[in-house]
Amino acid sequence: MSDAASGEGIGQPVRRKEDFRFITGNGHYTDDINRPRQTWAYFLRSPHAHARIKSIDTSAAEAAPGVVAIFTGRHVADDGLGGLICGWTVTSKDGTPMKVGPHPILALDTVRYVGDHVAMVVAETLADARAAAEMIDVDYDALPAAASLSACQNAAAPQVHPEAPRNTCFEWELGNKAETEAAFAKAGRIVKLDLKNNRLIPNAMEPRAALGEFDKGTGIYTLHTTSQNPHVARLVLSAFVGVAPEHKLRVIAPDVGGGFGSKIFIYAEETACVWAAAKVGRPIKWTADRSEAFLSDAHGRDHLSHAELALDKDGKFLALRVKTVANLGAYLSTFSASVPTYLYGTLLSGQYDIPAVYVEVDGVYTHTAPVDAYRGAGRPEATYLVERIVETAARETGIDPAELRRRNYIRTFPHQTPVIMNYDTGDYEASLAAAMEAIDYKGFPARKSEAAKRGKLRGIGFSSYIEACGIAPSAAVGSLGAGVGLWESAEVRVNPTGNVEVLTGSHSHGQGHETTFAQLVASRLGVPLANVEIVHGDTDKVQFGMGTYGSRSGAVGMSAIVKALDKIEAKAKKIAAHLMEAAVEDIVFENGTFTVQGTDKSLAWAELSLAAYTAHGFPSGEIEPGLKEGAFYDPVNFTFPSGCHICEVEIDPDTGVTKIEKFVAVDDFGTVINPMIVEGQVHGGIAQGVGQALLEHGIYDAESGQLITGSYMDYCMPRADDLPSFDLGFTTTICPSNPLGMKGCGEAGAIASPPAIINAVTDALGIRDIEMPATPARVWTALQSATPRAAAE
Amino acid sequence: MYQFNYERPKTLADAEALLGKADDPKILAGGQTLIPTLKQRLAMPSDVIDIGGIGELDFIRAEGDAVMIGAATRHATVAQSADVKKHNPALAALAGSIGDPAVRHMGTLGGSIANNDPAADYPAACLGLDAKIHTTRRLIEADEFFKGMFETALQDGEIVKEVTFPHPEKAAYMKFPNPASRYAMVGVFVSRGPWGVRVAVTGAGQNGVFRIAEMEEALAKNWSPDAVANIKVPATGLNSDLHGTAEYRAHLVTVMAKRAVAAAG
Ligand SMILES: Cc1cc2nc3c(=O)[nH]c(=O)nc-3n(C[C@H](O)[C@H](O)[C@H](O)COP(=O)(O)OP(=O)(O)OC[C@H]3O[C@@H](n4cnc5c(N)ncnc54)[C@H](O)[C@@H]3O)c2cc1C
Repeated sequence: MSDAASGEGIGQPVRRKEDFRFITGNGHYTDDINRPRQTWAYFLRSPHAHARIKSIDTSAAEAAPGVVAIFTGRHVADDGLGGLICGWTVTSKDGTPMKVGPHPILALDTVRYVGDHVAMVVAETLADARAAAEMIDVDYDALPAAASLSACQNAAAPQVHPEAPRNTCFEWELGNKAETEAAFAKAGRIVKLDLKNNRLIPNAMEPRAALGEFDKGTGIYTLHTTSQNPHVARLVLSAFVGVAPEHKLRVIAPDVGGGFGSKIFIYAEETACVWAAAKVGRPIKWTADRSEAFLSDAHGRDHLSHAELALDKDGKFLALRVKTVANLGAYLSTFSASVPTYLYGTLLSGQYDIPAVYVEVDGVYTHTAPVDAYRGAGRPEATYLVERIVETAARETGIDPAELRRRNYIRTFPHQTPVIMNYDTGDYEASLAAAMEAIDYKGFPARKSEAAKRGKLRGIGFSSYIEACGIAPSAAVGSLGAGVGLWESAEVRVNPTGNVEVLTGSHSHGQGHETTFAQLVASRLGVPLANVEIVHGDTDKVQFGMGTYGSRSGAVGMSAIVKALDKIEAKAKKIAAHLMEAAVEDIVFENGTFTVQGTDKSLAWAELSLAAYTAHGFPSGEIEPGLKEGAFYDPVNFTFPSGCHICEVEIDPDTGVTKIEKFVAVDDFGTVINPMIVEGQVHGGIAQGVGQALLEHGIYDAESGQLITGSYMDYCMPRADDLPSFDLGFTTTICPSNPLGMKGCGEAGAIASPPAIINAVTDALGIRDIEMPATPARVWTALQSATPRAAAE
Repeated sequence: MYQFNYERPKTLADAEALLGKADDPKILAGGQTLIPTLKQRLAMPSDVIDIGGIGELDFIRAEGDAVMIGAATRHATVAQSADVKKHNPALAALAGSIGDPAVRHMGTLGGSIANNDPAADYPAACLGLDAKIHTTRRLIEADEFFKGMFETALQDGEIVKEVTFPHPEKAAYMKFPNPASRYAMVGVFVSRGPWGVRVAVTGAGQNGVFRIAEMEEALAKNWSPDAVANIKVPATGLNSDLHGTAEYRAHLVTVMAKRAVAAAG
């Protein structure tokens, strides 16, 4: 049966297998798991952005009802536990490695952001733990804070870490400075733009949680936690923090309710829970409440940039130079150094043939929560910068924004950019054309003047984006400073009855792997989807894996499954040849049936599976019993999803409210396994992009370092009625570097949409720039000082 | 939360008695404000007296020229009430604009006005409709009830029983929601009735809901959007925060007032 006929194979919009358990309340999230004799942890957090801890007196709290134990930084240090690490080392222009301050599990003598961990109270109930935490007497010497990104590098700014003068962790560069300068020197026109990329707070639906256990008999620690990559968590907790040797530590990430990057990282709370479980001899549970999540989840984005684009007189791009200051927060989180560098600078060529690019990035510390990867991670920042300055260039040169892009698109592949990346394939003009058609670009002037008659300002904005996904070839990332390889593993286990278990190192926390991965297996082996189980998220079951982020699970995770399936097929054919007394070369495997070419001999999948395990009469030594194969897949290149998003907005000048009237997204993701899931990913991504562009902003008070947007009262999460109905389209160029031809779709929406929206808003207002989020108040304020083109027309 | 004694009396008299006995009691109605406050450990009452089980506080009655609404009546009930929709559609629409469905099915009229959040919607309706607030001790005019941010004329142990909303001839409420919380950033209630014209503003003022005499006078002379279109409200005394400056709020007051008059017809 073909994939289309079965309705379950590759390319079919199969309903998500996992949704039944989620929507009927039968999911198993970390917080749902409870153990006999379980205790509860509560973390006492710093109320100060920066303070010296003079003393901590826990005596009254220890005597409080229900308290089992209280741990401070002193206990952690005395036990010889290491701190949290950053797994990527960035080297500065001058050749020195980034300057890293210690990142203790619990603060020792200094707190560096509001929410920093000061003590862990373990008690019989959460209420007991909280009550006792209030009785801990911490004597703080409050110090001035460096909470402002623009001021933190000033000589007079308070220091976050003595190791990093001027709060500068690294001064990184990429590209060719001399060529860029030379190109600017002969440029016909230079377009300049200062941009802010706003700070975002991730807000996965499920807050972070942990359940730490210790088995005295075996000496094995078990940690259930909300992780996107449990094996990496185990590696860090073993090799760097030193909680337990790897073989004595099991990490399980069960059902996880969204991550968006924030659950890649290894945090203090789960570390403390699993470590302390052995100390108290009882399981320890912790679940963040939403207020804690705001304070202590790693935040995203937060850049200040200056960009300059050099053009010749025909609008051909000659060079781009960029200076960015990227906020890293108070401590380096697990991958934070890589985000504003190798995930950002490498994408600054966009979809364009730019002969010279030069970017400098200062990664800086501030007294704020750590900043790390958040849906898109570096690539939204790059796309925002490139697509904003290209649109600005179009306006300043008077060339239509679509035409200016067309003049500069890369058209031959492979294409080596000046900033490391080697684009393998793409057709940027195709997605631009499809998007323009879908939004009726020609009809825009008429819609604009009709809106003007109603007193509304209408604007349109483009975003031609490219991202690097399928993260990533191990050798490449290793040479750039990564402490890990970024391959993926898979194991296919065929049971004697013919159903199949697939163990993957990818982790699903909303992506639908249990469905898409099963579609691949079902279509390859010709078995019903229901007979395929995807197993993930448990270091005891899956040998090793790198987890899910960077839109890598399809391109890398599924490629590993393909490799394992190849081996399964090869072995199964060998068995079939033996059973049907034919040559292996004559065995054909199709739709779940083995046949001997040119004969009517055949063997069904289930028969073969059983035979693999009965192993009766296998020629000894030639065929091993069983049907189980594993594979590791290391990608040979990044993948390059690309596309074009166009947004049309209408602004009410009386209130400053921006309404998205139309949003078209045409994406090239290569092969699509399940179009319904892919569309869902794009919808979610654009929703987050709308959030960044119009609604969301993590704000710290520049003086006190207090988080002002610490709840939904002030932090504006997108709601359904903030969003338009999305108009999606797909153009396809097959990715040449992996067996399925996939590129990845998880982050595109969040990467592509913010510049399209802000380009539309600035077009409507007739201004150069507006800071994200373009709230009604900001739009209205901008209107008070601008002479809007539209209104004047 | 800290520990407290929980009581759920069946009658007003029992509730009053319990309130009188307790050290530091709190009334619990829909809990949409009080429960989060307790969860964040910002309040530590000795006793929580839940009035949600008192049937005599949950009613809507249209009598004569007014609608009487019991204090424990939920926002959703008000929004869907045929009587309110018929006699006071602006009030029904206002109730339907509060929060989200979960909040509207728990939150109550009495809880909203007793709490007097400076960005709450009901205070604008009370002030804008010349409502009478009946408590276990007395009748309080809306003009006397709202005293400032989270402050009312209520005394310790005094329970709001019902609010009487006289029927307006014309009325409308225009709410500009705070994008994040969806409370009113600026909400303007306009009405014309036996009391003359009223223009009440919530969300904008540092001290909570207030009236704008200049707009009321202008509308009394000429009930039309144009009458208020050029009346500017001073920014002094208005809220200024990350969601908008006082100047922006002042501007929105005029815009919302104009739109409210237009909607009232
Ligand atoms: C997510 C969310 C969104 C919201 N959005 C809005 C909005 O858009 N607009 C808006 O106006 N409100 C909004 N609210 C508030 C909501 O309307 C609340 O219901 C209201 O503020 C309080 O009513 P309650 O019945 O829940 O009171 P409770 O929380 O039970 O009590 C609030 C206070 O009033 C006191 N109290 C309660 N009843 C009485 C009484 N009969 N007599 C004397 N004192 C009493 C209590 O002791 C307490 O101090 C929102 C709330 C939430 C949680």
